[in-house]
Amino acid sequence: MSSRNKFFRSFLGENPVFGKPISPQQPPNAGTNTQHQGNQSKNLTRRTNTGITPYVGAFGKPELLHLLRRSLFGVKMADISTFTGKTLEQTVDALLTVSSTLPNPPLNDYGNTNNDPNVIYGQTWINAPYDAALNNFREKSLKRWFWDLMANQSTDLQAKMVLFWHNHFAIQFLEIPLASASYVYSKLLFTHALGNVKTLTRAITIDPAMLFYLNGRLNTKRAPDENYARELQELFAIGKGTNSNYTEDDVKAMARVLTGWSINILTNPASTGFVASNHDTNDKQFSSFYGNAIIKGQTGIDAGNKELDDLLSMIFKTEESAAFLCRKLYTYFVYYEIDDTVEAKVIQPLAKVFRESGYDIKTVLKILLMSEHFFDNWNRACVIKDPITQQGGLCRQMELAFPVTTDYAQMYKMFQMGVDYGSLTQMVIGDPPNVSGWPAWYQKPVFNRSWINNDTLPKRNLFSDSLLVYGQKVGTAKVYVDPWIVTKKFSAPGTADTLIADAIEFLLPMALSTKQIASLKEILLPGAIPDYNWSDEYLSATDVSDPNHTKSLNTATIKLRSLYKSIMNLAEYQLS
Amino acid sequence: MKRRSFVKTAAAVGTVLPVSLNGMGLKTFEDSPLLRALSRRGSPDGKVLVIINLSGGNDGLNTLIPIDQYSNLSKARSNILLPEEKVLAMNGTTKTGLHTKLTGLKELYNNGLVNVIQSVGYPNPSFSHFQATDNWMSGSETSEAWTTGWMGRYLDGRFPGFPTGYPTTAMPDPLAIQIGNLVNLTFMGAEMNMAMAITDPNSFYNLITDTIDKTPDTPAGHELAFLRMVAQQSNQYATVIKAAAAKGKNMSTKYPVGGTGRRFQLADSLKIVAKLISGGLKTPVYMVSMGGFDTHSLQVDNNDHSEGSHASLMQQLSEAISAFQDDIKLLGLQDRIVGMTFSEFGRRVMSNGSVGTDHGAAAPMFVFGSAVQSGIIGANPTIASTVTEKDNVPMQYDFRQVYASVLKDWFELSTADVKIAMGGKDFNTLPIFKANQSSIEDYVDLVSQISLNRIYPNPAVNETNIEYSTEAGNIRISIYDALGRLIAVPKEGWHSHGSYTVNVDLKGFQRGNYYIQMAQGEKRITAAFLIQ
Repeated sequence: MSSRNKFFRSFLGENPVFGKPISPQQPPNAGTNTQHQGNQSKNLTRRTNTGITPYVGAFGKPELLHLLRRSLFGVKMADISTFTGKTLEQTVDALLTVSSTLPNPPLNDYGNTNNDPNVIYGQTWINAPYDAALNNFREKSLKRWFWDLMANQSTDLQAKMVLFWHNHFAIQFLEIPLASASYVYSKLLFTHALGNVKTLTRAITIDPAMLFYLNGRLNTKRAPDENYARELQELFAIGKGTNSNYTEDDVKAMARVLTGWSINILTNPASTGFVASNHDTNDKQFSSFYGNAIIKGQTGIDAGNKELDDLLSMIFKTEESAAFLCRKLYTYFVYYEIDDTVEAKVIQPLAKVFRESGYDIKTVLKILLMSEHFFDNWNRACVIKDPITQQGGLCRQMELAFPVTTDYAQMYKMFQMGVDYGSLTQMVIGDPPNVSGWPAWYQKPVFNRSWINNDTLPKRNLFSDSLLVYGQKVGTAKVYVDPWIVTKKFSAPGTADTLIADAIEFLLPMALSTKQIASLKEILLPGAIPDYNWSDEYLSATDVSDPNHTKSLNTATIKLRSLYKSIMNLAEYQLS
Repeated sequence: MKRRSFVKTAAAVGTVLPVSLNGMGLKTFEDSPLLRALSRRGSPDGKVLVIINLSGGNDGLNTLIPIDQYSNLSKARSNILLPEEKVLAMNGTTKTGLHTKLTGLKELYNNGLVNVIQSVGYPNPSFSHFQATDNWMSGSETSEAWTTGWMGRYLDGRFPGFPTGYPTTAMPDPLAIQIGNLVNLTFMGAEMNMAMAITDPNSFYNLITDTIDKTPDTPAGHELAFLRMVAQQSNQYATVIKAAAAKGKNMSTKYPVGGTGRRFQLADSLKIVAKLISGGLKTPVYMVSMGGFDTHSLQVDNNDHSEGSHASLMQQLSEAISAFQDDIKLLGLQDRIVGMTFSEFGRRVMSNGSVGTDHGAAAPMFVFGSAVQSGIIGANPTIASTVTEKDNVPMQYDFRQVYASVLKDWFELSTADVKIAMGGKDFNTLPIFKANQSSIEDYVDLVSQISLNRIYPNPAVNETNIEYSTEAGNIRISIYDALGRLIAVPKEGWHSHGSYTVNVDLKGFQRGNYYIQMAQGEKRITAAFLIQ
């Protein structure tokens, strides 16, 4: 059998071995740090009573930074200046406004070493025919492209929501035999990131990659496959909250609604097909959770579409659906702990608006991000950054140069740096551990603490240490953050105290103790020497005509690198 | 001179000894070429070097006192000069003494445990804290901008590929430990710093007791506490450091106790070092730091020049070293450990109007431990009869000679390895360690072997003559300007026993004090003259 036929068989489902995939990268050490008694337990003695009432307090720099930190993977100095002076609503509106133009597709970055007969080096492979020998390269290219779009995002909520949906409607590229199908899936996320949840759910349900990943392609009237029907409810649209009461019979009925969908592998890329003869044309009865609804069996080539529309209407009519999605948004944007007060004052009112808006994501995000609850001091600085935010965000904050070049292999190796560190810290974009997404956003009780353990935290620090001080090997090059780019944008970088204060405000979500600040100052001014020594050094380092310029530049650069590295090594830097 | 002006007393007034709340941090230099070299050689001796950084620029003339220059000193720095009767005598010499407060160091010296190297510097000294510190840590000169440290290069060469695969069975411990939050260029290798950091002594004690600093009872505070705990546990050497701390102990009762802050900074740091070494940590290099030496103003008490801020620093330095040496002796470790002080520069010969001293050039270094040859290497600096505010102590020895001596005679490196660590340059060793082929005896009372007999005319205008005598040997006559810069080498080469005169053309020289240095091998004597 040719490899091409093997692929077809796999994709068409003759060999249905792909169940719900098991993660190849379960965190080895997550949640092992429990032997210590400190106040790191999560039993807070107080709680907050704020709700979704619009925030009316000052919208100053701390509030702007809080909003931007939660909305972007990393905040650039330019982002701050863009919104300074704008109202909260203007800022949120701008963040919710995304370009309708989709990002350029991933490129052939492998053609310099592995010729692709159908794709020129540097051109996109997304419409090229399947090639068993090259699919792995294309998949790598896709992950690199995806990471780049996160780290080098525009100043709006699109990228952050793309990751949200990627985690929510999780698939694993490594399980999809056709990279172009994974690309189509990714494109869907970008298209609908801030659109309508029902529309996105519909598109995802019959997306070729998802039909493959959760066996939708195998779901026929003769042999119903419940996999997608189960996850649609449990993970995508209803959840397992206390008010989620769908039944096993609902799973079975829903599977029958979804029979007949297939993947058309003769197109490039693969597209969605529907085989009417595989569709169950009987009526489907649902439980009281769905109001005892009956989805009328349909026939013909449009049967699948009609029943899918009915199904999604039924699902999104439940109160639980909106509440479930609001809880996930809350966990992603605010904090993972949802107590009764938060449920009553935030989740339920937000869910009501969500339903009333017809599941418009912008509507619900606008209310959440403008709420007094969101700006409550109680809820600031308490999110542990995911690896994309820590690593991509660092690149974005510090404005690491990602050169656009015709050396496509090298250009994509820069993105691979992010993929690699993501792998080291348990987050490979494109490959969540399983269909549940990353544990950080669902796994009780650890939630986003699952990112951090004795193995991953040093590797997070290694990322910042490498880019700031030691240099990160990327292909044949060694890549560094230029510490001057950000430094020169600070208010008074020649004044040690101001430089440190600006850097802390810019890089950390919370203030530091006097002792910590003194320790950072020791980097710039060792041995308690007077402050003017730094001012002198800064002047000389920034003045090419100064006779000591070369040496001062070297010295000041080392100090700046050490300063930022030290700030990034603080536990506070892991918070957003 | 728009910046880095030599006299910054105006700006410095009121900023004497600003209080640093946290002068210390603990860093572990994991693998360094130095350490690797040691382990590759088997280094069963487990030798340890403790580097003491006196940060800010220590006033060498107020530390090691050239008693035979007192009359000129009293003219140059009358507002700060220690009363001659308060200078502590050192065994075997009447020409040189120690600051009143260095009682512990004096005792160690008199017990044969201290080697002093006079006027250590480098040919074209920088007066900037940062550049000078970079020079000392990297082993470079002012004209160079090196990004690797002298220890880092050593460790790099010995352990290529670090940190991959470390810790190893042979070297389970950090390759070096630094206490203090300096930018540790000293341990910077070509690829990475050999240092792993625990921020400060508080962090050290947190680590060994499994506690963390308190955080607020908020969601952010709780997450922060969690992160800090993991961070503490994540130190790859946490286990070995905790084990060493648990097993190790301190035995000396001489450590100052009961306080925090700079008063205890150095002693607390050295106490940790002794504890870790006694606990069996194989780490061969430690670096500790003490700040506050940038004494631009009020470095002495106006009413009693043996008191004041510099006197306090001397006392702390002396107490700390004395307690540490006592401790390691009681612990039976004294033959394995040597200590070495350094500061980025000395201070100006002439004091300023703020009862302080500005950035200077060469200054003495102290190397202590049972492995050293006791005594003083080099001659007292010569103080001109009329000094200007620009005048500096010119160098007699290059700091890299001291480094090379440490590497060769303490760590037993080959000459080739020493050269690598010194960035490809050759430096002659000095008789600091007993292992050196030369005896310090040869450096005492050099006048019988080499002498600068006369400089005439002095003051000079367009030329002067230097009359000197020597035993047979290679002689080098060098001239340094007041800034401590090497200006000219009027004579260099083989001399048979006898007296000589060399004429020096001074046209083009600026007016001011100049210093002549006569060297035979590593023996040095100096004299001053004036160009009018």
